[in-house]
Amino acid sequence: MKTNMSSKQYEEYIKDKLPKPKTLKNCIAAFIVGGLICDVAQFISNTAKGYGYNQEAVSSITATTMVFLGAFFTGLGVYDRIGRFAGAGSIVPITGFANSIVAPAMEFKREGFVFGVGAKMFVLAGPVLVYGISASILIGIIHYLFGM
Amino acid sequence: MAGKRLGKQTLKLSSPPSMIANASIVGPKEGQGPLARYFDQVLKDDYFGEDSWEKAESKMLREAVKNAIKISGRGNTNINFMFAGDLLNQIVSSSFAARELQIPFVGLYGACSTMAESICMGSMLIDGGFGEAVVCATSSHFSSAERQYRFPLEQGVQRPPFAQWTVTGAGAAVLAEAGSGPYITHLTIGKVLDFGIKDANNMGAAMAPAAVDTITAHLSETGRSPDYYDLIVTGDLGNIGKTITLDMMKKEGYDLKKVYDDCGSMIFDGEKQDTHAGGSGCGCSAVVLNGYIAKEMKKGKFNKVLLVATGALLSPTTSWQGESIPSIAHAVAIEKTIGGGT
Repeated sequence: MKTNMSSKQYEEYIKDKLPKPKTLKNCIAAFIVGGLICDVAQFISNTAKGYGYNQEAVSSITATTMVFLGAFFTGLGVYDRIGRFAGAGSIVPITGFANSIVAPAMEFKREGFVFGVGAKMFVLAGPVLVYGISASILIGIIHYLFGM
Repeated sequence: MAGKRLGKQTLKLSSPPSMIANASIVGPKEGQGPLARYFDQVLKDDYFGEDSWEKAESKMLREAVKNAIKISGRGNTNINFMFAGDLLNQIVSSSFAARELQIPFVGLYGACSTMAESICMGSMLIDGGFGEAVVCATSSHFSSAERQYRFPLEQGVQRPPFAQWTVTGAGAAVLAEAGSGPYITHLTIGKVLDFGIKDANNMGAAMAPAAVDTITAHLSETGRSPDYYDLIVTGDLGNIGKTITLDMMKKEGYDLKKVYDDCGSMIFDGEKQDTHAGGSGCGCSAVVLNGYIAKEMKKGKFNKVLLVATGALLSPTTSWQGESIPSIAHAVAIEKTIGGGT
């Protein structure tokens, strides 16, 4: 072959041959689905408030219910289809977090409960937890030092 | 001896083996694609009655081999060697199938180029007089590949528009010393090329240069023009890799437009089946060759076919370590009659 390109040149060369992601359509889908998930959460929150729970309890009730729903629809095999359509709209809410834990747990069940479910469950959510917790500790320290 | 080598990469078989039997099995999704009617068996359930996808894949490969041998009319004991490989770690689909088949086994790894790679090895073995019949096979399974290379199935993620869909399928071909064709006449062994693509979703772009390199080597070393063939078909470049290959071939001075296609573009209907850029995986070229191409050659639609199976030689580990994707392509010339061209 005569053609010889550096990786930069090749990247440039194939640029216009790759289909562009449908950014506008994806944004709208993410906005609608993400919004609907938040509506559900708001509904749960308002209902809990209606029962007279205090704000702290309402937050916990809402979060746990949404996590349950995320896990439940993952188990039913529906959440991946929502995700394929909505993209970030269903990844960013807490239901997406539940999905990222339940999906590998289901996938690796065949390798047993220890090396499969146990070991692989946090394969996707693990990094989120590690850096989420690290960031909150860092912010806590900054708050302690300067935010008094 | 030297007479069998036409150049750096291309071999001319002095007694071309005959491809006497082909068998293919595909999953349900492939069974709804445009080539559905060419496959010997379409699974209703991609577990294939097993309890894991790995087992299902191995069973597909085993059944494809058994079926090909049955069609060839030879018993297991009359097959001298089995050449097979697949995508799973340590090529377990193939070796587990070989455990049951009890045919002397050579395991190969060439990622999705395995169909051509196994035919290359098998043909050389027969041409060298080391056996009179071999079986060449490979398989892939969407679900076992996804869990190894990408995300858990239930994970709700969006695939980029250039992503490809791993074909669930297995194909096997029996090559024999004696037979009435089609014949394996020439082999072009590929070099590993790397143009620096790092995105494991962008396989077509990563593999296209390897395909171009092998096709050019084949054409220049045999002195054939692209029109010599009724069909030049790459393994699993998909729609994007296909476009790139056509364009790069033009730069090399060959216009392939009339004769060129890609198994990945042929096997799915991208619009209806949501497969984005097309099919991929070892099974892709395996089922298109052993299903569509073999049957159409028999009917006379194609007389001379150049199969160029392409493989991306990455692993999940190298991807995580930020390495780019090395690729390879092997070409096999399949002709109904011997003696055309060089």
